[in-house]
Amino acid sequence: MTAPIDTAVAEKVPRSNTELLALYRQMRRVRTFEERVGELFVRGQSAGSMLHLSIGEESAAVGVASLMRDGDTFTTHHRGHGLFLARGADPKRMMAEIGGKEEGYCHGKGGSMHIADMGLGHLGANAIVGGGIPAVVGAGLASKREGKGAVSIAFFGDGAMQQGILYESMNMAALWDLPVIFVCINNQYGMGTRIEQATKGRALHERGLAFGLNSETVDGLDVRDVRAAAGRILDGARGGTPGFLAVECYRFFGHARMDKSPYRTPEDEEEGRAKDPVGFARKALVESGESSEADLEALDAEIAQEMDATIDFTVAAREPALQTMFRDVYAPGEPEPESVAARIDRILAGD
Amino acid sequence: MAEMTYRDALKQALRDGMAEDDTVMVIGEEVGRYGGAYGVTKGLYEEFGADRMIDTPISEPAIVGAAVGAAMSGLRPVAELMYVDFIGMTMDQLGNQAAKIRYMFGGQVGVPMVLRTQGGTGRSAGAQHSQSLEAYVMHTPGLRLVMPATVSDAYHLLRQSLKQPDPVVFIEHKALYTMKEDVDLAAPAPEWGKARVHRTGDDLVIVTYSRQLHHALAAAEAMAGKGVEATVIDLRSLNPLDFDTVREHVERVGRVMVVSEGVMTAGVGAELSARIHEECFDFLAEPVIRVCGEDIPISVSVELEKNSVPTVAFIQSAGEKLVGLRSAA
Ligand SMILES: Cc1ncc(C[n+]2csc(CCOP(=O)(O)OP(=O)(O)O)c2C)c(N)n1
Repeated sequence: MTAPIDTAVAEKVPRSNTELLALYRQMRRVRTFEERVGELFVRGQSAGSMLHLSIGEESAAVGVASLMRDGDTFTTHHRGHGLFLARGADPKRMMAEIGGKEEGYCHGKGGSMHIADMGLGHLGANAIVGGGIPAVVGAGLASKREGKGAVSIAFFGDGAMQQGILYESMNMAALWDLPVIFVCINNQYGMGTRIEQATKGRALHERGLAFGLNSETVDGLDVRDVRAAAGRILDGARGGTPGFLAVECYRFFGHARMDKSPYRTPEDEEEGRAKDPVGFARKALVESGESSEADLEALDAEIAQEMDATIDFTVAAREPALQTMFRDVYAPGEPEPESVAARIDRILAGD
Repeated sequence: MAEMTYRDALKQALRDGMAEDDTVMVIGEEVGRYGGAYGVTKGLYEEFGADRMIDTPISEPAIVGAAVGAAMSGLRPVAELMYVDFIGMTMDQLGNQAAKIRYMFGGQVGVPMVLRTQGGTGRSAGAQHSQSLEAYVMHTPGLRLVMPATVSDAYHLLRQSLKQPDPVVFIEHKALYTMKEDVDLAAPAPEWGKARVHRTGDDLVIVTYSRQLHHALAAAEAMAGKGVEATVIDLRSLNPLDFDTVREHVERVGRVMVVSEGVMTAGVGAELSARIHEECFDFLAEPVIRVCGEDIPISVSVELEKNSVPTVAFIQSAGEKLVGLRSAA
């Protein structure tokens, strides 16, 4: 399924068990963070009514993010917590944002689906399916002009594969030789619709090939495979050939927190959850003798503690003050919109 | 009489419409097997099958465009957009195609389709899932615009929309789906395009639609406790717009507030206010006051979200100020 590209790059990506331990650590952090966010939601302390967990997709997030460098930028979709955390986000500020709190990355205005941090190159999560994809074309133009080898990566789900904007964007990226990558995290479902019910074109990477992109599909079970494939695609993009990568994985839970996935059979779920990248990496670490069960338990406990602290931080964090709702509609220093109340008072004061 | 929810009334309207006319079909994301993101179409797939409850990929422009073509070809499609926030993606198909086909082609063909969607705040869904974009639609000649506020209107207005010769954009409110009401489905349908006067008072007129009707009614009750009697008008459909009813009450009372969840500037409230000033100027004791959404995006923070659109308390205080009640100043 590999596209004709320079496979020598793959060998440049280190493949040691120490590497696997680091990747495992990040995947476990992502999973535990997501589990805690899920608890926050159930406790009624998360702001949004919609919460989309990426449990089961950790290898896609960590495999790609572990190869990103300072200066690289990216956009994500509504299921992007894992990517942002893997890229180095502060879990406390992330969770506070999900809780709609002032201390969050976007001061409680964005929430789970609109989280962003320019400092880490995160150009924004998006609640419009496909909405964040074309931005990487623009970021690619800027990065090409700068000439420092930075890439821009769009992450999205299989559902977004059916949005026209993806094709317009891939075409421009290829046409202009941009340092851009399109990463489809194929968790098999767009809401309640299985990929087979959404398209007859099954080999997703062929769509990238059709536009002249380096394109691959990789199984997300072993994070090292994802990392190797991402390395090839990233290397191509840093050299001016944009790429497309589809990571095959499975969304363990419902589309959103309250969705019990009645559209899936128990067998399907069992089969899908068997493809657990976190469990796979853990087993590989133990079997290779790199880590003992006890080591990993200690690591897991340390991460659990970190994420428990994020919940406490979020619950204690402040609600944004009402007046902040008028801030950031326009740039700092520009007048804020006049409130409806102030306007009414002004008009009625006339008599 | 049967008690039902807004959601069930919508479903019943689709069911009755589909049973009566076999050209009616529903097309959209998750409308079939899943039963709709807000559960409105649950069960209809089992009843009417995959040919009439058509699940689509996530491809909004093509969903609306396909509905336009189907409508031009003898079918009566009900296209569903999961959130009105996605209407911008489809605005070419809706605004340049659906709305203009009858006119551009000299009346040869119409586009009898319904675009069902939902909008508004109330679920802390953030800036891209909480908007009130009815002004986009109202601004486009050729499109009808219906926004039911009550369970009974949800039923009747959807049934009537399914019979219109032109494209109807039908915007439900996400905070109303679980609202319950006793409904007499057999009762005669209200006249298409006619506003409903929910309450009559001599001190002030509140013109509103969709969920804000309920806020306005609650505010009117609270004002009544202070001796201020308000007339509350639910427009129900913004195109056609029943301005006669508005005029009648404005000319009688002389003080008016328009209440809308959409942002104030260049919104539905602006259009209504301008028209009242133009047509009822001599009868106005005070300027028409717009009580609308703030000119800002919607936050995910629950408190910011709630206060960025009119609340009951805010409508009440604005009303009291308008009638010059001392305590309000
Ligand atoms: C343009 C648009 N259409 C529909 C939706 C509603 N919606 C949100 S997520 C989703 C499914 C997306 O599936 P996919 O792209 O595969 O991402 P996943 O949820 O699997 O991560 C849908 C239909 C939306 N947010 N934006």
